[in-house]
Amino acid sequence: MAVDKNINVLIVDDYKTMLRIVRNLLKQLGFNNVDEATDGSMALQMLRVGNYGLIISDWNMEPMTGLQLLREVRSDAKLKDTPFIMVTAESKSENVVAAKEAGVSNYIVKPFNAETLKTKMSSVLGDF
Amino acid sequence: MPAKGIDHDLALRLEAIRREHGESIGVDKVGEVVAALLETVTGDISAGDLRLYHELESLASYIQSAKSEIAQLRPDEIRSDFIPSATDELDAIVGSTETATNNILDAAERLEALSPMLDPEVAERMTEIITTIYESCNFQDLTGQRITKVVKVLKVIEERVDTLVKVFGAQVEEGPKAAKEVLSDEDLLNGPQLPTSATDQAEIDRLMASFD
Repeated sequence: MAVDKNINVLIVDDYKTMLRIVRNLLKQLGFNNVDEATDGSMALQMLRVGNYGLIISDWNMEPMTGLQLLREVRSDAKLKDTPFIMVTAESKSENVVAAKEAGVSNYIVKPFNAETLKTKMSSVLGDF
Repeated sequence: MPAKGIDHDLALRLEAIRREHGESIGVDKVGEVVAALLETVTGDISAGDLRLYHELESLASYIQSAKSEIAQLRPDEIRSDFIPSATDELDAIVGSTETATNNILDAAERLEALSPMLDPEVAERMTEIITTIYESCNFQDLTGQRITKVVKVLKVIEERVDTLVKVFGAQVEEGPKAAKEVLSDEDLLNGPQLPTSATDQAEIDRLMASFD
């Protein structure tokens, strides 16, 4: 089944330049419906009122981290099945294990390239 | 109750000092206490007592010289000038890399907007190049995070220096300030100025003109 590139994607990062980079890379991959949040709590509010098909989130943010956001998403009846990709500089194995245990769909370590983003998105959404 | 192996008179004197100063005393009091102890020594003293007095004397002298060396390091200056200055410089690095990254992204986005006007083969090649630019701009986020870690380490050093100044008291805080009367060539190498304190081109032009 073909991937619907019209899904809404929410990207979450406290670095504005990072949001811009991910948005541009998504645009190149054909995903144009992209919203931005600068921390977990802002993202959660947007997720509760919106309809998102993918979350791409940084980990290290305040006041709500990416891991806390992931846990909130997985414990919310409406949001629990939303694919969630963590994009972070946190690369210790204990971080990956914690994210996996919290239900992350995939994990990208910064710095990353467009090919890695595409591969990880394909693994959660299907090939495109 | 005198401790085993300590002369009875000495134990009584120590007890008197303990009554006066309590169980723990400040470092600056050690010399005073040792002097008081020595002053009260009367009558016959044993070889063991004498050894103890000498040990205490040399301990006091060691602490005094450590205080003086630490004062020379000017820990108050480290706390009040050097660390805040280093933190400001690091913040400026984050700010300038962010501005530069945004400028690069602006330029890349403008180029990308030209793609539809180009031959498809050229447009595809250009998109690949622009993708590389986007990917390379990842560095700004990582640089920012690394610098934030360094700033946290500096804060810890600042706290430790603070503790040191408090433990050693006013003597360290008022240590001798290095006199700088004539600026050497090295003194003039200050590197880029922080945006808040930088002299702009117009001011430099005015200064240059003032020599005419």
